Amino acid sequence: MSEYTESIIPGVSRRKSASRYRPAVFLLVPLLAILFQVYVPRFIESAANLELPLLVTVYFSLMRRQPIAGTLIGAVIGLAQDSLSHLPLGMFGIVKTLVGYFAASVSQRFDVENPAIRLILGFFFFFFHQFFYWILSRALLSQQVGFDLVQTLIVGVLNAAVGLPLFVLLDKLRQDDVALA
Amino acid sequence: MDFLLHRYRSLTVLVVTILAQLVLLAYQVKTDGDVRLIRVWSVEAVTPLARVLEGIRSSTSDFFSNYVVLSGAQAENRRMREELGRLKMDNQFLRSELSTAQRAEALVVFQKRSPSKTVAARVIGSSTGANAKVVFVDRGFTSGVLKGMAVLTPDGIVGKVIASYPTAAQVQLITDPSFAAGVISQSSRVQGTLKGQGRGDLLVDYVQLEQKVEKGEWFFTSGDDRVFPKGLPVGQVSVDKQGTTFREIYLLPSGFQHGLEEVLIVVEGVHQQIPDDVSAFNQPIKLLPPPPPPEGSPESGSLAAPDGGPQPLTTDADRLRQKYRALGEAQSHKYGEGMTAPNYNQATPPVVPGTPAGSVATPPGAAPGTTAARPIAPAAGVATKGPATTPGATPLSGTVANPAPPATKAPAMKAPVTPTTAPTTTPTSTPAVKSTTTPAVKPPVP
Repeated sequence: MSEYTESIIPGVSRRKSASRYRPAVFLLVPLLAILFQVYVPRFIESAANLELPLLVTVYFSLMRRQPIAGTLIGAVIGLAQDSLSHLPLGMFGIVKTLVGYFAASVSQRFDVENPAIRLILGFFFFFFHQFFYWILSRALLSQQVGFDLVQTLIVGVLNAAVGLPLFVLLDKLRQDDVALA
Repeated sequence: MDFLLHRYRSLTVLVVTILAQLVLLAYQVKTDGDVRLIRVWSVEAVTPLARVLEGIRSSTSDFFSNYVVLSGAQAENRRMREELGRLKMDNQFLRSELSTAQRAEALVVFQKRSPSKTVAARVIGSSTGANAKVVFVDRGFTSGVLKGMAVLTPDGIVGKVIASYPTAAQVQLITDPSFAAGVISQSSRVQGTLKGQGRGDLLVDYVQLEQKVEKGEWFFTSGDDRVFPKGLPVGQVSVDKQGTTFREIYLLPSGFQHGLEEVLIVVEGVHQQIPDDVSAFNQPIKLLPPPPPPEGSPESGSLAAPDGGPQPLTTDADRLRQKYRALGEAQSHKYGEGMTAPNYNQATPPVVPGTPAGSVATPPGAAPGTTAARPIAPAAGVATKGPATTPGATPLSGTVANPAPPATKAPAMKAPVTPTTAPTTTPTSTPAVKSTTTPAVKPPVP
């Protein structure tokens, strides 16, 4: 087994660890992400394609490496996002809850500090987020919303690209890692 | 459970979180029918369960109510049985009432058709005695019922009154061993004396051995006993066999075939013809008046009206009555007085034209031996005749010497079976209808 493999799959040789953050970080970063999505598109229309709350959810879920934490982080950020939208509460909450859970679960298998992994996971979870939101819109709200696959893929790539520097920025707010059992 | 929650803690938290948000979402979302989604989900989640629970409950309840808990069914069954019994009693009562009404209607119809004057009565009891065929009826002499009156039903004779009380009368049935009456057969005109046997059938006695009757032949009253008017049905021949001295003819009485609850008492009898057809016995028959007498006969002028028009009384009975009256006046004989009868062979005095009906003049030199002047066989001759003499009959006093009912084919003629003193009033509750179909004129009654 090569060093590259060991660096991707932590369970093989790496020791699992969870990043710790100040509570204010968990409060302010999602809030800033939501505010960015709310206000920035008013001035820059293309900024509406950025799903910063999703990237924040993915980041914290990946770094906490705990599904419960990821579930709660995703639920809180999603409900906060819902509270500022015109849609019923729970649409973003459900989707981001699933994203946080799966991201936390995936983080236990992969080296989430690897930029490539972060890029791939960022793209994957964005696509998952959009697809699952589309399903919920049709299933629960009976909205006949179309799903543009190409645009979704492109925007997914964009968000994944934006997520790489954002994750690095957020790594600066990390205090230390805590070894997991 | 704790182990599972600990092992799948993260998954449990995920499910709970998702469900909580789904509930929150469903609370906000409304369907096209403006119904919140959570309500739709709740209804759709609860309804099948409720349907299943209701099915189980109803099945269990039905099972217990239909098969286990039978107290209600027993009470209902008891109640329905009681109601059924009550309805059966009501039905039986109504049937009895209907039968009574039908019998009463038959009596009324018979009263209307019969020329005799009758009083309807109801049998209220029977007399004591093993072989005594005697019943009590609820009409007595206050209703005009006297001893010796005939008692019959629309089907035939049933007996005669042997005792009359103020409000009741005792009737001896024709099946009583001591009962007797004069009868005559329908087709062969065999006369005999009807005797009760103390059982269901009747015996026609004093019929000569050489005389024969057909089985099933009808017997009618002959009127010779002065109790029963002539022409009333008695019964049909059931047995006809050779006896030692006389023939033994047994009849099945027809008057009892519909029971004996309501009867008619003949308070004023009118003789009738023996009907040729028994089936048409109770049928109304329209009779044309007899043809006018030939020219030159005494009757031709006697019944002419003063203005040359026909007299209203044109029957044979009227002519016979006038002949008898003329004979009586010619011989200064008053009917009902004395023991001698007028000489009926004497020439009949002619009736003066224009004389009102009932008054006859006696012209001199009247031609004797005319057919119309031929007298009818007196009743005394009939009464003394062996077979026609009814031992059990109770002839009214003073009627033996009177002329008998004519044997001619008179449509109807009142027989002197009832004294003039007999009340003819009928009780208000019982209609006594006197027939007006036959222009019967009462002959001179002693």
